[in-house]
Amino acid sequence: MMRWLVEGVPRRSLALLLVLLVALIAAPWLANDYLLTVLITILYFAYTGQAWNVMMGFAGQLSLGHALYVGLGAYATAALYVHFGIGPWLGLPVAIAVAVVCGAIIGFLAFRFGVAGVYFAILTIAFAEFARIGFDHFTWVGGSSGFFLPVANYTRNDLWNLRGSPAMFYYVMLVLTAAAFVLCHALLKSRVGFYWQAIREDEAAARSLGINTFRYKMYAVVISAGMTAVAGVFFAFYYNNLFPEQVFHISRSIELILGPIIGGIGTLFGPIIGAFLLTGLSEFMQELLHALGFDVPGAKQVFYGICLLVVVMVLPDGVWPWLSRKLGLARRQP
Amino acid sequence: MGPTVAAEIYLNVAVSGLLTGLVYGLMALGLSVIFGVVRVVNFAHGEMMTIAMYLAIVLFTSLGLDPLLMVVPIAGVLFALGYVLQAGIINPFISRPEHSQFMLLVAIALIIVNVLLIVFGPDARNVQTSYSFDSFLIGTLIVDATKVYAGVATLLVAAALFAFFRFAPLGKAIRACADNYTGALVVGLDVKRLYALTFGIGAACVGAAGSMLVLLFDVTPALGPALTLLAFIIVITGGLGSMPGALLGGVLIGLTEALAGLMFTPSAKSMFSFGLLVLVLLFRPQGILGNRLT
Repeated sequence: MMRWLVEGVPRRSLALLLVLLVALIAAPWLANDYLLTVLITILYFAYTGQAWNVMMGFAGQLSLGHALYVGLGAYATAALYVHFGIGPWLGLPVAIAVAVVCGAIIGFLAFRFGVAGVYFAILTIAFAEFARIGFDHFTWVGGSSGFFLPVANYTRNDLWNLRGSPAMFYYVMLVLTAAAFVLCHALLKSRVGFYWQAIREDEAAARSLGINTFRYKMYAVVISAGMTAVAGVFFAFYYNNLFPEQVFHISRSIELILGPIIGGIGTLFGPIIGAFLLTGLSEFMQELLHALGFDVPGAKQVFYGICLLVVVMVLPDGVWPWLSRKLGLARRQP
Repeated sequence: MGPTVAAEIYLNVAVSGLLTGLVYGLMALGLSVIFGVVRVVNFAHGEMMTIAMYLAIVLFTSLGLDPLLMVVPIAGVLFALGYVLQAGIINPFISRPEHSQFMLLVAIALIIVNVLLIVFGPDARNVQTSYSFDSFLIGTLIVDATKVYAGVATLLVAAALFAFFRFAPLGKAIRACADNYTGALVVGLDVKRLYALTFGIGAACVGAAGSMLVLLFDVTPALGPALTLLAFIIVITGGLGSMPGALLGGVLIGLTEALAGLMFTPSAKSMFSFGLLVLVLLFRPQGILGNRLT
């Protein structure tokens, strides 16, 4: 299994990965609380970006409503925890199941009826918005006034109930991100991964070669939705409060996909690089503007927007394809 | 209170929703024209609309100019903005994949929202004209005067646009680009410039709609994304790329939201338009008046 996973991967890439992993494992000893929180955010976006990338980057299905799966995962486990005292690890399969069913319904409806491209993207927004307004009126989980998990001062880390220090959350998120990376790598190397890429490049050609495109597109949606729901569980227990207006909002979906697009769609490193760049940039802007005494609300986002604009204009394929060429990691084009 | 009173209320709300829907339709018309020709989905559509709305407010509060009289000048300003945007930034992106175009327009939208936030602050603003509280009484039907003026103005703008695309040589040239890109290049049309013009025309629709909409509800910088979504729902319901479809979709969504707000709760009204959108996408993905998808 191990050999199959690393087979064909350039040695320099493996070395780079190892260095990155060691640095990330050591980070809590070196970083202060502020930096640790930033790192948690980065890993969170690296993870969700990786999950989204399965659907868009691998199978070419543009989803602009991934906040739906985050929200469903978050609400499912939070409701189980608050109403029935069921912990997050037991709630996790439920969260995944809810998101998978929802993703399957959306995928089934869209792919059966031939909804594709821009139309598919807008369908995913519609479902997320539908959920946002629905949850606003869903009083069992607090409706629009929010849903709160009990918070107390914890003297020790309780991993079973996901209650504890930022360092614990950091390691949970690191394990998730690493696992998602390995899973995506394995998927890309598997038969399914090749089918996905064939569908992404030319769906009609893929179908004419006998690939059941409906089935494999469904796999992509379902896997992506399930992975994203896990991030939702983390979100609920890390932030301890859920508001439909925030969790399901379209800006959440957009925020989640900026990383992989900036980093490089369809690549494994893209979502990670993108998360580092965007979260880092955002925090840096905040500090810089604060230091310059230019603390107007909105100023940070304007600069952020300009940076995004420049990156998409200059590097249309994202940062990673360009960076990997510079580092000599890219496979030679045939 | 008998059933007739209830029926009157429903009728009043329906007419009001229909007129507001017409203005929504004009906004969506802009999106539809841009997509139909340039094949780019303008994710900054609602944000451009908020620019027009703030422009109307500034002109009204500083110079006392009535937003309804400013429809044409504001449309002109937005036309220039749209032209520059397409010619300067979007044209290189027309052959790039959808997600790349999406990123570009999201970045533009982000900049617009936050520049407006810096300039105008987060508070809601509106315009009070001398006729804000006037209404027409037709039998038992009470219709808001502002909405009637806005509805009529919308129909005039839309009619002008239809005439332009039908009869003007420039309008025909733009339609040629939409029908056959290569063919348009072959017969010597300057497609890039026509694309910029089209984006300008789409933005002008937004400008006209925005200066009217400012009379109907408050504007905040954060309104942009909601308006973008609204425009999407409308054009997809009516048929992306179809001009009458956009107006029809606007009226349908206006009616749906008004009646849903009356029958259920106003905060849940957009759920019904999203529901309508999902139904349309599933059973008639090209929209009510759209051409068959290829």
